[in-house]
Amino acid sequence: MPKDTSIQSILVIGSGPIVIGQAAEFDYSGTQGCRALKEEGYKVILVNNNPATIMTDEVNADIVYFEPLTVSSVEKIIAKERPDGMIGTLGGQTGLNLAFQLHEAGVLDKYNVKLLGTPIESIKKGEDREEFRALMMELSEPVPESQIVHTVDEAVEFANEVGFPLIIRPAYTLGGTGGGIADTLEEFKELVKGGLDESPITQCLIEKSIAGYKEVEYEVMRDHNDTCITICNMENIDPVGIHTGDSIVVAPSQTLTDVEYQMLRTASIKIISALGIIGGCNIQFALDPVSKNYYLIEVNPRVSRSSALASKATGYPIAKIAAKLAVGYTLDELLNPVTGGTYASFEPALDYVVVKFPRFPFDKFPTVEDTLGTQMKATGEVMAIDTNLERAIQKAVSSLESDNIGITVKKISAKSDEELLALMKKGNEGRFFAIIELLRRGLSIEELHLLTKMDLFFLQSFKTIVDLETQIKKTALDEISVDFMKTIKEKGFSDGYLAFLLNVTEFEVREKRKQIGVLPSYRMVDTCAAEFESQTSYFYSSYFGKSEVVPTTNEKVLIVGSGPIRIGQGIEFDYSSVHGILSLQEEGYETLLINNNPETVSTDFEVADRLYFEPLTLEDVLNVIEAENVSKVLVQYGGQTAINLAKDLEAAGVTLLGINNDVIDQLEDRDRFYKLLEEIDVPHLPGKIAYNEEELVIMANELGFPILIRPSYVIGGKGMVVINHEGELVQFINKQIDIGFPILLDAYAPGKEFEIDLVADGDKILIPTIVEHVEKAGVHSGDSHAILPAVSLSNVDKKEVEEFARKIVSKLHFVGLMNIQFVQHKEKIYVLEVNPRASRTVPIVSKVTGIPMVQLATKLLIGNKLSDVTATSGLLPDPPFFTVKYPVFSTHKIGGDPLVGPEMKSTGEGISIADTVEEGFTKVFHSYLESKPAGKEIFIDVDESMNPDEVGKIVSLVQKANLTPVLNDDIKTWVRSEKALAYFSFSVDKESEKSRALACKNRIQVFSNTEMITVFLQVVNQREFSVCSVQDWKNKDFLKKEVMS
Amino acid sequence: MKGYLFLENGEKFEGNLMTSSMKETFEGEVVFYTGMTGYQEVLTDPSYKNQIVVFTYPLIGNYGINEHDFESKKPHVAGVILLECNPTAYHYESKYSLKQYLEKWNIPLLSHADTRSIVKQIRHHGTMQGYLAYDDTNKIEMVAEKFPVADVSTKTIVSYGTGKTHIVLMDFGCKKSIVESLVERGFTVTVVPYDTSYEKVLELKPDGIVLSNGPGDPKQLQPHLIKIKKLLENFPTLAICLGHQLVALALGGDTKKLRFGHRGANQPVLDVVKNKVYITSQNHSYVVDEESLKNTSLTVRFKNVNDGSVEGIAHKSLPILSVQFHPEAHPGPIDSSWIFDDFADSLSIVRREKQYA
Ligand SMILES: Nc1ncnc2c1ncn2[C@@H]1O[C@H](COP(=O)(O)OP(=O)(O)O)[C@@H](O)[C@H]1O
Ligand SMILES: Nc1ncnc2c1ncn2[C@@H]1O[C@H](COP(=O)(O)OP(=O)(O)O)[C@@H](O)[C@H]1O
Ligand SMILES: [Mg+2]
Ligand SMILES: [Mg+2]
Repeated sequence: MPKDTSIQSILVIGSGPIVIGQAAEFDYSGTQGCRALKEEGYKVILVNNNPATIMTDEVNADIVYFEPLTVSSVEKIIAKERPDGMIGTLGGQTGLNLAFQLHEAGVLDKYNVKLLGTPIESIKKGEDREEFRALMMELSEPVPESQIVHTVDEAVEFANEVGFPLIIRPAYTLGGTGGGIADTLEEFKELVKGGLDESPITQCLIEKSIAGYKEVEYEVMRDHNDTCITICNMENIDPVGIHTGDSIVVAPSQTLTDVEYQMLRTASIKIISALGIIGGCNIQFALDPVSKNYYLIEVNPRVSRSSALASKATGYPIAKIAAKLAVGYTLDELLNPVTGGTYASFEPALDYVVVKFPRFPFDKFPTVEDTLGTQMKATGEVMAIDTNLERAIQKAVSSLESDNIGITVKKISAKSDEELLALMKKGNEGRFFAIIELLRRGLSIEELHLLTKMDLFFLQSFKTIVDLETQIKKTALDEISVDFMKTIKEKGFSDGYLAFLLNVTEFEVREKRKQIGVLPSYRMVDTCAAEFESQTSYFYSSYFGKSEVVPTTNEKVLIVGSGPIRIGQGIEFDYSSVHGILSLQEEGYETLLINNNPETVSTDFEVADRLYFEPLTLEDVLNVIEAENVSKVLVQYGGQTAINLAKDLEAAGVTLLGINNDVIDQLEDRDRFYKLLEEIDVPHLPGKIAYNEEELVIMANELGFPILIRPSYVIGGKGMVVINHEGELVQFINKQIDIGFPILLDAYAPGKEFEIDLVADGDKILIPTIVEHVEKAGVHSGDSHAILPAVSLSNVDKKEVEEFARKIVSKLHFVGLMNIQFVQHKEKIYVLEVNPRASRTVPIVSKVTGIPMVQLATKLLIGNKLSDVTATSGLLPDPPFFTVKYPVFSTHKIGGDPLVGPEMKSTGEGISIADTVEEGFTKVFHSYLESKPAGKEIFIDVDESMNPDEVGKIVSLVQKANLTPVLNDDIKTWVRSEKALAYFSFSVDKESEKSRALACKNRIQVFSNTEMITVFLQVVNQREFSVCSVQDWKNKDFLKKEVMS
Repeated sequence: MKGYLFLENGEKFEGNLMTSSMKETFEGEVVFYTGMTGYQEVLTDPSYKNQIVVFTYPLIGNYGINEHDFESKKPHVAGVILLECNPTAYHYESKYSLKQYLEKWNIPLLSHADTRSIVKQIRHHGTMQGYLAYDDTNKIEMVAEKFPVADVSTKTIVSYGTGKTHIVLMDFGCKKSIVESLVERGFTVTVVPYDTSYEKVLELKPDGIVLSNGPGDPKQLQPHLIKIKKLLENFPTLAICLGHQLVALALGGDTKKLRFGHRGANQPVLDVVKNKVYITSQNHSYVVDEESLKNTSLTVRFKNVNDGSVEGIAHKSLPILSVQFHPEAHPGPIDSSWIFDDFADSLSIVRREKQYA
């Protein structure tokens, strides 16, 4: 059946700010979905308060609302826009839940909005534990027995019924703490008791444990005609017990026979059909490694992280097709966009192996437990493709940008056998590297299998890598024969890692390799294993076989992407990469993108003219440059990842657009940076570089406390701390195992922080607006709330900011995008940091000011002058509305102290737009306040470090807001009371840390600075707000200008 | 050891060749299979007789060879080409590694070959003859066609199952899973050689006939078409793959050769009666020519969604169900296994009618 013509406009619900478990993949699926609907001629109305996304661009949706994702907020939008239809399955669990709640609240009926795609009934059957179990029973699909318990007795009763092993999963704990697997009644009682204590709602899910089974996922699609297909299956190398999001995953499955593959495929199809899903669905199974028994773990009746991975792994655009199925098409009516000649109703055949590795944030949370379990902790992931497993694994590892060099992690190699074995038994971020190290030390794969339950097939593959590594270590670069070079390259030893193993430079390895003619070939991802001719330009490299890439003679630019999502480098860089591509295409360039993140829009093969799914290493980038005869490379958009490549690319003779390594170095090397600022008379805070502990202490005293110390060349303020007096410094030095010297130390200025993003043509600049932080400097810009345009800077201040920026740009002849962070301390403005690249705030600034920063910058990068592309310059006048940016944390998933400081911890951000700053903040707290209808009390945790006047001020603000200040209560009982509304403490001692974590676990808003609690108290009683699309805001702006002129 | 694949069009591909004897060359029609699992079933499917199979999935042999998943007693392929052959298999059911199994049956294996490039050759030039050799100079003339059905069909009559309803399965190179699908549905199945006479079949008193899959060009079975036509006119029939092509030929239709065939587990097929798409398992070079059905009493029941080719036919009045794909799966999806249920239903209807008559 062709598309539904009874509807004209469709409301799409996005997934909101990024949190662990719900990240960039929903920007990818949302963008595809919106585009697919627009392609069909529907008017797309989008609500998503995540500004960093590409889906919220006007090119993807006709009308965009940056409004809270709650029933009351979306109802307002529905009342205003009166959409004919709505899609809730593109916005992750948030979208799905919201669609469901809107239905339950009668909003959809009231406004006659048709829910498109998977019907409510199906969502309910998939999501409601009891209904789901009943349906599976009916289909005779096995699910592990489980029960929700509130007491130990209840749990024991259940255990007696079903037997051991049992897994205990406490509800609402931070970082999934408190659970575990019990084999005996004794263990079980202990764990349940602990779990119930941990759980703020005293609740545990007890389930028959199937840990150790193979975890296998299927991505399934169904149309309203009941045609069902599976797009891809994926096998987790980590067995059941470790969340799929945290597992190393391969696609397709490697160790299943056809009988097993088909058995689970058949079950998937039976389930999707019985649920009545229209669109995509993810089904997770646990398969016994020694029999044909299996269990169903979970069904996600929507597109998911796995469906994004499956789309990238196969080339089949699941979200796009799902959106078209939602408006009435059937699979056999839709063309497969990869081949262009076959239909969407077929199952991709792969002729390569895909490996996904998770990227963890533990580097940012040194104190939290880095064990893995049933709660997801990864912030992002990388994917690699090759024709053999070993290279796919090594490519993925090279893409991680963690503390690993190839398959070696120094701190893991330094561990004893016992320590490594301990890492092994528990799931741990370093598990893979520990296995590699143990293999080096001669442990057999059989022993490792017993410890990890990983299939011997995979362990054998790891061993193949280690065996080759041993051989490599025994030789020297000039002794390597052509055949051996071919072998080790085919199996994935990167030039960089070979250089490390052979103690030479990467350039030496590269030269030798090229000289003996060992070059990569590029293979196409075509969904069909070459059976049909394909239209895609989606490639991966392999050191085997004939290349399929024929470079064109077009003028082309290679855009270097930003790699896996991690704290400090998120989806905002993908936004810039994608816009870079789009504007270069507009200018007539052929665009090539290289990136390794499967969750993103940039790695949608329909975005760039050619997509290279490759690690972002020097070797891989240079290889693409050479294979394609690229002359221009863009590194400003791919975050620090791309910038970090600049030096070596330049050394290899590559021309970077708009920037060179010297400029980067002048801004990143603190010594040179300060000199630069001094030369042009731009103030910076006094800073020094210490090369050892002694110097550190002396210099700190010279600067005077408080000071801020940081390791150099880092993004996201990694490792930064504020130190208030010498005692703290000594403590710090003693606590640190290995301080990486040199260390930078600055005078700490707790003043007003603000930042700008600008576009420059080497001389002239354009600053769309100034972003002012609410929290004082000392809270990382990524973790602070911010207001655009700045509200408390005088005109003189603004002029000065503009002037400083102009000076920096002229001095460096800088072209492209630049981000500058300032602090105003005791009336004086200082420059804190200059980033010669796209920043986290670029998408927000672009969206709310209507100045397409990346597009403009791109035009300048290819040689235009600012005056050629826009009539404006300098700092633009303020728009007549306010935008509030707020950080979003994933503390629930990872654990740790919710205290904010100079080290970035948030995983995502949201915005709200309003006539006044107050209304903007009302929207920020709206969904939280809705969830606490009885909240009345603010707990103020006073300790001696707090100034009594300040405490008094806050107490009176609390009272003025008609709330009750609580100063001396037992925090443990308070957090469980309905009246608890917010908790406030900014002390760094252990007690406060615990209390903050406790409050956070109980889903109570925690404030750790006076600025934010003050704002909160100002708006806590204003619950009303209006909704307005970003398009309407801009019209208001336009009207104002008309009026004024 | 280094070895080569030579294609009819002169192309040469290098790899590591493993054979039990150094002197021989191994000839066959070079075809490719795109399924990502199921190599054991493919190797032992008699329809692959005389064919050198290229596996497009690069890691083959991961789960070894077990005792349950054979489609016949021995492998029939003339050779195997793949990228990586896993030397050891750790699957709990595995009895041999793939290499051991091929060695045991003297099937040549060319590994570490650029399979994707070979597939592209076949895609451009169509299915070709080829051979595997150690010598890297092309000097062998391609030998003319053989008659593979005779080699793979049963030599004796064998019965399976204990059901009341009796099916005679005419074996042109039958897969075990077809017999099993029928036995599972409660039939007694008597497998007879492809050249069994009509009279002999009558003696067996069947309630229905199944024409099996098998290797090669259906037109090689010209001498048997009259017999097949008689069977079709007198018994409810289910025909699969080669059997399906024979139905068309016997009732006045024609067959032709596809450029490079359909071999894989992901072929979408539209049922024009139910208006639904099924993902099917396929393995064929020849198809029924749709044009040729015009003046016959056959109609197209199934069509390939990708290329529109005929995937199944029905008769305007006789109870004949004839499919190009493999509803018995193994390898591949079982989405179309309902074909066997429909066949079972058609038998009970006919039986009831017979009782009334
Ligand atoms: N009964 C169980 N025994 C052991 N591990 C389990 C069990 N159920 C789930 N898991 C593990 O927990 C992970 C997360 O569980 P799941 O129900 O899929 O939750 P989520 O919604 O977070 O994906 C799974 O990927 C699996 O590895
Ligand atoms: N000298 C300083 N005084 C006060 N706060 C500072 C100082 N230097 C940095 N900060 C704070 O630390 C945060 C991170 O520092 P920054 O140099 O921007 O590192 P990053 O590269 O992580 O963004 C800033 O946003 C600011 O709040
Ligand atoms: Mg899950
Ligand atoms: Mg910063």
